[in-house]
Amino acid sequence: MMKGNKKKQDLYWYVLIVLLILIPFIPQVAANSFTQHVLILILLYASMSQAWNIIGGYCGQVSFGHSVFFGIGAYGAGMAVVRFGLPPWPGIILGALLATAVAILISYPCFKLKGHYFAIATFAIVEIFNRLFMVWYWVNGALGLDYPLVEVGWRNFMWYTTKIPYYYGALVLFIIIFGIVRFIEKNRFGYYLRAVREDQETAEATGINSTMVKLSAMALSAFLAAFCGAFFVQYNLRVDPTMVMSLQVSMVFVLVTILGGAGTLFGPLLGAMILIPLQEYTRVLWGGLGRGTDLILFGFLIILIMVRQPKGIMGLVDEYFNYKKMRKVISAESDIKY
Amino acid sequence: MSMFFQVTIDGLLTGMIYALVASGLSLIWGVMDVLNFAHGEYLMVGMYVSYWLGFLMNIDPLISWIASGAFCFILGILTYKLIIRHCLAGPPLSALLATFGLSMMLKNIALNRFSPNFRILTGTFLDGKKIIIGNIVLPMPQLVTSIFALVVVFIIYYIIKRTRLGWAIQATAMDKEAAELMGIKTESIFVLVFGLGGLCVGIAGGLLPSYLAVHPEVGGLFGLIAFVCVAMGGFGSIPGALLAALLIGLVEALGGFYIAPVFKYVVVFGLYLLIVMIRPKGLFGW
Repeated sequence: MMKGNKKKQDLYWYVLIVLLILIPFIPQVAANSFTQHVLILILLYASMSQAWNIIGGYCGQVSFGHSVFFGIGAYGAGMAVVRFGLPPWPGIILGALLATAVAILISYPCFKLKGHYFAIATFAIVEIFNRLFMVWYWVNGALGLDYPLVEVGWRNFMWYTTKIPYYYGALVLFIIIFGIVRFIEKNRFGYYLRAVREDQETAEATGINSTMVKLSAMALSAFLAAFCGAFFVQYNLRVDPTMVMSLQVSMVFVLVTILGGAGTLFGPLLGAMILIPLQEYTRVLWGGLGRGTDLILFGFLIILIMVRQPKGIMGLVDEYFNYKKMRKVISAESDIKY
Repeated sequence: MSMFFQVTIDGLLTGMIYALVASGLSLIWGVMDVLNFAHGEYLMVGMYVSYWLGFLMNIDPLISWIASGAFCFILGILTYKLIIRHCLAGPPLSALLATFGLSMMLKNIALNRFSPNFRILTGTFLDGKKIIIGNIVLPMPQLVTSIFALVVVFIIYYIIKRTRLGWAIQATAMDKEAAELMGIKTESIFVLVFGLGGLCVGIAGGLLPSYLAVHPEVGGLFGLIAFVCVAMGGFGSIPGALLAALLIGLVEALGGFYIAPVFKYVVVFGLYLLIVMIRPKGLFGW
């Protein structure tokens, strides 16, 4: 029964991925670059949040520091292209490794802190990194790095006239990150993570090295977040500290995941699927009115979702299925009675 | 040397304002374990209330702090009644996200209605007056605002420590179920605490426009500093928040003056990390 369920779920995933591969062939999508933009952002934000979900959702350590790793990944790619005139790939790899190292260095002392203290400490770290990058001459400080015009193609991971290759790039990122989390979820390591989240003392009593588990989750999460950062900068062709390394960016990781449902595999995807179109279409529809009308609405909708179902959209979905199940049970009971 | 004293006193004066903002946050955080992201935006709202009263009706900030305090008190109660109450059942982060949505909304409503311009009240009663002792200049608006903030912090602290209401708040913070069994209406305590949190920032916001420009983003940094103060001082401890706020104000001023203005928040947040590494529960936490 259980195994059958798992297989069925995997089948859903394969179908979803095939659908995602085929989406750009729909003529309406192929013709409309804004739709493509929204789709790319959905995939990117879902991947980012899934990376955060490893540490924040499964392991329960709420980090507001992920924009640091995201930013280091972004700067890795940016520096390779702008300063050294290379293709971004070595920069991406180096940036991801650097982000992992920074994550381990930062988190080791911070994991002594619990709950909100940990969250506020990661806040402080983001602010410190933000200010330092603002004045660091080598990475061009607050001005940021602007990409030069180079040859298009996969070698430079850069296109100017089309967004379709970016879409597939984001899709690859999405498949890799969701695949990794899917693998972890069923794995021994995934159970360690959830044990630490539920009760750290009990987990330690059963022989789990909680610091080690948290550190490796953080390292993995930072590594993947850095890749997302590199993709982000390749897509925007520009990077500056406020864009990639600020509390706003950190909030995106948290917002999408919690809105979708933290600690669930589908949560980040659902969150991104609801949040990004909301953000982009309110921006297009009401952004023109100016003066932040779109953001007022956006904020209001966040409040509305959280008030309606604090567990996020996954909670709403569960609610719906439970309701259906209840209905079934009730009707079955009534069959017996009458 | 007189420069050093001047900078020190400026830092302490800023620190007292931070203390009032932080003690409101500390109350909410300590009693309900909710991180209120919209706290800085309450300050912004309070500042706008006071600014418009001063601009349109010529009411001095020395009086209009009552109005902005009351306004933020009601705002806090509404936040609890309409938003927080529904989120408490869920995971701890959902209240945080809802208040994040609220902060976004308040910020952009202010932007929408009042434009992003910096506004400052001129011609107030204290405007331009100063006390000069030796080489040290004490501008009256800053001095009065800061002393006033300090007094309000002490009043709040007195209420928490010495009155029956304060004991009820403390009991609720320690153990909600046990407090309910003792006949404390925890629901009304929660409402009141959110209101008091709003009141604190409202009063701070009411006094600030006499020397600090109002704009929709003004709350962001104050909110962030308040978070750090509360965490540095220790969970829900008002003396801790006060000490941390004074320390942060001092370090900010001295760091800005002796190292570089760009680095002043690096120094502040660095100090916070250092303290929290040594005492993981903050200065007064246990």
